Amino acid sequence: MIQFILRRLLQVIPVFLGTTLLVYFMVFALPGDPIRALFGDRPPSEAVIAQLRQQYNLDEPFWVQYGLFLKNLFTFNLGVDFTGQPIADTLARVFPVTAMLAIEALIIQGVFGIAFGLVAGLRKGGIFDSSVLVLSLVVIAIPTFVLGFALQLLIGVQLGWAKPTVGSNVTWGSLILPAVVLGMVSFAYVLRLTRASVIENMNADYVRTATAKGLARRQVVTTHVLRNSLIPVITYLGASLGALMGGAIVTEAIFNVPGVGQKLYQAILRSEGPTVVAIVSVLVLVFVLANLLVDLLYAWLDPRIRYEN
Amino acid sequence: MTDFITLDPVVAPAPGRNEPVLEVRGLSVDFGVDKKWVPAAIGLNYEVRAGEVLAIVGESGSGKSASSMALLGLLPSNSRVTGSVKLVGQELLGTNEANIRAVRGKEVAVIFQEPMTALNPVYTVGAQIVETVRLHSEVSPDEARLRALRMLELVELPDPEKAFRSYPHQLSGGQRQRAMIAQSLSCDPKLLIADEPTTALDVTVQAEILDLMRNLRNKLDSAIVLITHDMGVVADLADRIAVMRRGVIVETGTAAQIFHNPQHEYTKALLAAVPHLGQGGSDTSGEVDVTAALAAAAHAELTSIPEEQLLRRERENAAALAAAAAAKPQGEPVLELTDVAIEYPKQGRVPAFRAVEGANLVIYPGQVVGLVGESGSGKTTIGRAAVGLLPVAAGTMKVVGQDISAAKRNGRQLHEMRRHVGMVFQDPSSSLNPRLPIGESIGEPMFLAGVAKGVELQKRIEALLDQVELPRNYRNRYPHELSGGQKQRVGIARALSLKPKLMVADEPTSALDVSVQAKVLDLFQNLQKELGFACLFVTHDLAVVDVLADRICVMQRGRIVEQGTRDQILRNPQEPYTQRLLAAVPLPDPEKQRERRELRAQLMAADPS
Repeated sequence: MIQFILRRLLQVIPVFLGTTLLVYFMVFALPGDPIRALFGDRPPSEAVIAQLRQQYNLDEPFWVQYGLFLKNLFTFNLGVDFTGQPIADTLARVFPVTAMLAIEALIIQGVFGIAFGLVAGLRKGGIFDSSVLVLSLVVIAIPTFVLGFALQLLIGVQLGWAKPTVGSNVTWGSLILPAVVLGMVSFAYVLRLTRASVIENMNADYVRTATAKGLARRQVVTTHVLRNSLIPVITYLGASLGALMGGAIVTEAIFNVPGVGQKLYQAILRSEGPTVVAIVSVLVLVFVLANLLVDLLYAWLDPRIRYEN
Repeated sequence: MTDFITLDPVVAPAPGRNEPVLEVRGLSVDFGVDKKWVPAAIGLNYEVRAGEVLAIVGESGSGKSASSMALLGLLPSNSRVTGSVKLVGQELLGTNEANIRAVRGKEVAVIFQEPMTALNPVYTVGAQIVETVRLHSEVSPDEARLRALRMLELVELPDPEKAFRSYPHQLSGGQRQRAMIAQSLSCDPKLLIADEPTTALDVTVQAEILDLMRNLRNKLDSAIVLITHDMGVVADLADRIAVMRRGVIVETGTAAQIFHNPQHEYTKALLAAVPHLGQGGSDTSGEVDVTAALAAAAHAELTSIPEEQLLRRERENAAALAAAAAAKPQGEPVLELTDVAIEYPKQGRVPAFRAVEGANLVIYPGQVVGLVGESGSGKTTIGRAAVGLLPVAAGTMKVVGQDISAAKRNGRQLHEMRRHVGMVFQDPSSSLNPRLPIGESIGEPMFLAGVAKGVELQKRIEALLDQVELPRNYRNRYPHELSGGQKQRVGIARALSLKPKLMVADEPTSALDVSVQAKVLDLFQNLQKELGFACLFVTHDLAVVDVLADRICVMQRGRIVEQGTRDQILRNPQEPYTQRLLAAVPLPDPEKQRERRELRAQLMAADPS
């Protein structure tokens, strides 16, 4: 087991190098001059520009820039962005916000997706099942920004049940509406996955055995069906955590959440290589660790899966 | 220790000897299909007494399983059950959910067919037994654990502590079924329903489980309803027998009555269809007395047979063996294996697995060689390698005169070779393409090989359908429109389409009902005689090999441990493993099976490995 975890952690190194190199190159290849863009309509003197270029290593060739970035990274010095703010501070400010948002969305989609899916699966073919299936299809079909604006208008503005935007003062409560929007599509998938898995497991031989032992239906479902049904769902939930962290750009823009998505968007607009790469690096780490966690959960849920050699 | 832990054979307020534990009257089961009631069982009447085994025998679709699951209300919701089921006088049908739950697992326990899927894969065996115990009695977790360990000991698991901690997939098939039995016995049920308890197991394991069930019946005094299609199992265990066909009990009687004096046509047909080890073979050698052969080979002394009778039977056997002239092989070998080792190639981090080692085997034209062994013995591996589906890791393998040991995977050489080799697979449902009409399935090899097309191809397809005795107009049907036996006929026709010199048949009849199996085997035998192809017949069923094979090879753990003519293997088996394998096959005759059982016990005592 320990060996498996170590092996997986070692895999992070090539993944990390590959993604940062790719992202760094893409930012490098963006058209336009980031320094000139910084000053907008009032260009400074050439001397100032040259000095700034040197300060941010922008006059070096690509490989030198990337090498310097890596060197700084491993000395835990992420440098400063074009506005002079330390990038580490920026990360420390935006990541907790997005993490809160993603975790809230994950909980919402997990709890409601599994609960609705379980009930629908147990009442296969009933009214609840049919309506939930249709609704989940509708949710999957609607783009996130349409759903986001619609809920913002309806619940935030017209009904006034929640604040329409989040702003700088981020609390768990203020994130509920964006979390619902963010988790909505995955919720539909979790629901459908749980439903299919429950239906399959209800027909399994061991369920008949459990009934023949004398267990009540509720006991059969909670102790025997649920755990077996959760195995594929957990995999999906874990993989979706990464997607939630990185995919919050639209949701964060709609609800004005000062998180990773917003910051990343600004940094890309300004061709701020170091900031973009720093944010993406952390996202890569989150993604890889989430997947590792899923694999461990998987082995815990299903004893047939063991990672020994 | 509480009363409940005791396992004394005497159950205090036991029902009287003649009072039935289970009394079934007018039991009918219907399933709702497309808003119509389709009957699965009609007006069944039977009863079972304590300490008695009632076997309900029938082929698939006879309603034997459905009617038994109906006793405990275990049928899906689209079913309807009518009639009366009384357990020690208490009516079970129509009683409320709480009452029936109290009966399930406590008064009436069930053993299912496939212990791998019938046990929950994510909980340990111990946890599942403890769950049953604690459900029906107020005991502490420690007491329940103790009880579970005792049950695991009772079912003769070698290491109960370890089995308690094991997950189902960590146990072997036989151990899993023992665990399943331990669970079902954990609350001292009055009635045990065993639904095909040994069907998924190897024959030697089956014999062990049957021994265990017989011991338990004597110890526990429960009534047992045994549901099975296997007449050998019935002969081994049953006191009384009910024969079911299409939802109706056509005949009931004691085991002796049914086996020796069957009244109903169907019972007679069913008994006649059961392949009977020793009965097959060529016309000259006659029936083989396997029990006597084994007794002579193992120098066993049996108490159930008078000594002079045994000696006479052994002498007759020896004389028959001496008289049996082995046909002289003629021509070039069609399949020749010399010191062959076969490996499943390594996949990623999974290392290569050597499934067969040092195999030597020769098949001459027109010869049928039976390759028998238990699951995991490597018999199917040899069959697959013979058609080039697995690479040869060492030694030489010649197929139809060509050495394919070094052939490239999917190379030209294998492609050429496969034109001369036909293959019949185990499961006819999954080995035919469901989207192709069967005529096209049969014609495809000929079309691909370029032997025939157009009208000529159609004629060849019709001729093949005639050969396997299927109507020509079946050509346009799809596999799902055919029965299992018909599908296997299509599989045989496809294998024959290129007029192969060698046929590899991998368990072609093991998925079929006995009466269907008998017909398919008959057809196969006639075709083989008529067309004269050589055949490697892979099977776990010794009785099937006995019917077909000229020579028999016995495999164990990747090695061919013994081979010889059919007479040599059946009349004078030398290897202890072959002897054990032969002794484990149950005979569809209670008296002969008793002799066989004693013999097997002696063999096991002499060599318990």
